[in-house]
Amino acid sequence: MKKVYSILTLALILAALFTQVGLAQDGEVTDNQVNAIAKQLYCPVCENTPLDVCPTEACRQWRELIRQQISEGMTEQEIKDYFVANYGARVLSEPPRTGLNWLVYILPPVFILAGAFFLFRSFREWTRPRAVSAGTGQDEEAQSVKDDYIARLEEELKNRK
Amino acid sequence: MLAEFGYGVLVVTFIVTLYSGFAAIYGAQNNSASIVESARRAQLITFPLITIAAGTLIYLLVNNHFEVAFVYEVTSRSMPTYLKVTAWWGGQAGSLVFWSWLLAVFTSAVTLRKWERDAEFLPWVILVSSITLAFFVGMVVFYENPFARYWVINGDVQPSMFPPAGTTLFTPQDGQGLNPLLRHPGMVIHPPMLYLGFVSFVIPYAFAMAALITGRTDDRWIRITRRWSLWAWLFLSLGLVLGGRWAYDVLGWGGYWGWDPVEIAAFMPWLTGTAFLHSVMIQEKRGLLKHWNMILVILTYALVIFGTFLTRSGVLSSVHAFANSPIGPFFMGFVSLTFIASLALVIKRWPELRSETEMKSMLSREALFLLNNLLFISILVVCFWGVIYPLISELATGSKVTVGPPYYERATAPLFAGLLFLMAVAPLSAWGHSTVQTLGRAIWKSAVAALIVTGIAFATFTKNVVALVGFFLIALVLFATLHEFWRGAVARQKAQNENIFTALYRLMARNRRRYGGYIIHISMALMAIGILGIEVFQAETQGQLATGEKLDISGYTVEYKEVAQWDNVPEQVNYTRATVDVYRDGIFIGQLHPRKDMYFSGQPMSIPGQYSTLRDDLYVLLVDWEPISNAGATFKIYVNPLVNWMWIGSLTFLIGLAFASWPDRDPADEPVRRRVTRDTKQTSAAD
Repeated sequence: MKKVYSILTLALILAALFTQVGLAQDGEVTDNQVNAIAKQLYCPVCENTPLDVCPTEACRQWRELIRQQISEGMTEQEIKDYFVANYGARVLSEPPRTGLNWLVYILPPVFILAGAFFLFRSFREWTRPRAVSAGTGQDEEAQSVKDDYIARLEEELKNRK
Repeated sequence: MLAEFGYGVLVVTFIVTLYSGFAAIYGAQNNSASIVESARRAQLITFPLITIAAGTLIYLLVNNHFEVAFVYEVTSRSMPTYLKVTAWWGGQAGSLVFWSWLLAVFTSAVTLRKWERDAEFLPWVILVSSITLAFFVGMVVFYENPFARYWVINGDVQPSMFPPAGTTLFTPQDGQGLNPLLRHPGMVIHPPMLYLGFVSFVIPYAFAMAALITGRTDDRWIRITRRWSLWAWLFLSLGLVLGGRWAYDVLGWGGYWGWDPVEIAAFMPWLTGTAFLHSVMIQEKRGLLKHWNMILVILTYALVIFGTFLTRSGVLSSVHAFANSPIGPFFMGFVSLTFIASLALVIKRWPELRSETEMKSMLSREALFLLNNLLFISILVVCFWGVIYPLISELATGSKVTVGPPYYERATAPLFAGLLFLMAVAPLSAWGHSTVQTLGRAIWKSAVAALIVTGIAFATFTKNVVALVGFFLIALVLFATLHEFWRGAVARQKAQNENIFTALYRLMARNRRRYGGYIIHISMALMAIGILGIEVFQAETQGQLATGEKLDISGYTVEYKEVAQWDNVPEQVNYTRATVDVYRDGIFIGQLHPRKDMYFSGQPMSIPGQYSTLRDDLYVLLVDWEPISNAGATFKIYVNPLVNWMWIGSLTFLIGLAFASWPDRDPADEPVRRRVTRDTKQTSAAD
């Protein structure tokens, strides 16, 4: 997964490089160049609307601003930094990886790993053979019933072939 | 007059729900069947009561009573009658009444069932549903009153239920009208479905609480509520899918799911609900995981209330809006209280919820189901944290952040992949015990077939690793599940000497839940095709075209012809409609008419022109145009490969769920049997 993203990032950087070259040639910024950046930004005033699809007039002007910035030769990162500096971190599609924001990235994996560990340990506990409980007759009976059950399962599985 | 009447009825309803709750407790404590019966009847009355209140509200909506603030906010004279009726749930106060009404429908239905065998549950089921109903009705009565009217108070127009003496009523000429985005048929049906899903999960929760309180912690509550849970799940799923379809058709951003907190709020109870539907089977078959099932049903209930809270309190736009909204803290208090009280009950009954048997093997069906639960809960954690963190950040540092799709996609993609894998493997494993050998024998053919499909995909159209892994897993699910149908039918054909179709039909009819479940698995795999298509292969381009100019994208050519613009005064909207010719591989295939509607209120709306095939969707948006010279227009064009499998999968899903939950014998009528000792002789062990 990580690899895919680093490839994607690389592709974006390359794309940015090529667009720079394209720029030098005809000087006109295409809508696709603008959207490539606007897509990664969020409308600074609406709720959770990416800038490239936001229909409001304000967002149209922000897209024009991006177009102008590209034509002035600003890089993608510089444009994003400009928006963050002016409108705050909320314009990014993910919280910047600083300070408290690390919690967003760390907590879920920690929780999931803890859950997996807990589940695995429980499995080990459940499936460990218990020498102690084999003593009483009743338990043995229960055990043999269970073995019957397993035998029947295997039988059914074979029959289903 | 009518407004006071409606409000009065709501107040009476509130008092009746409180009475019903108190009488239920009192009756249960004193073993008085007649007081419990009185509580039950009180509960039954809430349904006609809220119906009258709702009927009054609908009457006000339909007859343009704009002096009522809620009517003013959601309707206008120009709206057709059916929209005025559905405007009932188009605003905050009305939707809370709607929620309460649905809840009253369900709780009344449940109190009408035959109770002879479960009389001890009755008071507690009434108590839990009364508390929930009282909470929602109370919110309407005290905070979000849909019957408040406009009054001229000290020169200002203010909505109020009880204006000071000497003020005069203010009646606006026309209402604001329903938000145009909500006038789509999808939006008319989507909220009721979602609410139905939310509300019907209250019933399994009520029975779970009753089981905990009475100490009758066997499987009875699960059997009684099996069908309720299934229907709840059906409605919730339908609500989610319809919401996605609505977003795709109306919001104009080329997708159906944007990981918006409002979407996630409805998705979270679906996650725990789905986990619950699976893990109750472990309890029914093997007597394991009783604690866990309780926790899941409690979580689902809490998330239902929490989801309503997230979407209704304004907390998502800003923490401060939440603090200022009267219902925010009220909601938060209710969620926390019920959650803590429920968990306390589980802890109290912890020893009685011990498993009856032991987990024997890590590859057994129950073990794989547990893994499935881990994955669902993990997705829940990602979603919950993603929705909550921006609030925490705003509170702690004062700065707002956005947690958007890249975060959710990165975190949940491997988890969804894991779920697909389990969907293929788990149905092949046996209850109690499986080994690598038995599983391997059951799945190798499907795995080989899936590998061949993946190989073909690799050779013909994609080298993308994510897509290939996805296609492999989807193919594995499809082949493994279809193979199960085949194996079962052939086994029955041999044993019963029937032809293969009769055998298949009878096999499925005998095991509705199992084969309905398999159909649902197939539908999930079909939906996954659509999701993978749009996530990995979506292409987009945008450009300004003069008349006759063309844009190329993924084999399609879009040629701009013209744009027309006109006002629709009764609907209060200005239409701009473009016409484009569409060619695929150079062959003309038709015209599309993307539209931009600008409501006089200032609300814009983009209606895409869509050309849909099983291969892909061409989705053309009109972004901008030159109004006077008609010289050119800007189009944004998406090609969404395979996205229609999403909707095909949804239909398959409905078929599967209808099959699984079709009324024949109510599972509640089955006796609770002792497992392990006798069950093996009575039922098919591999089932």
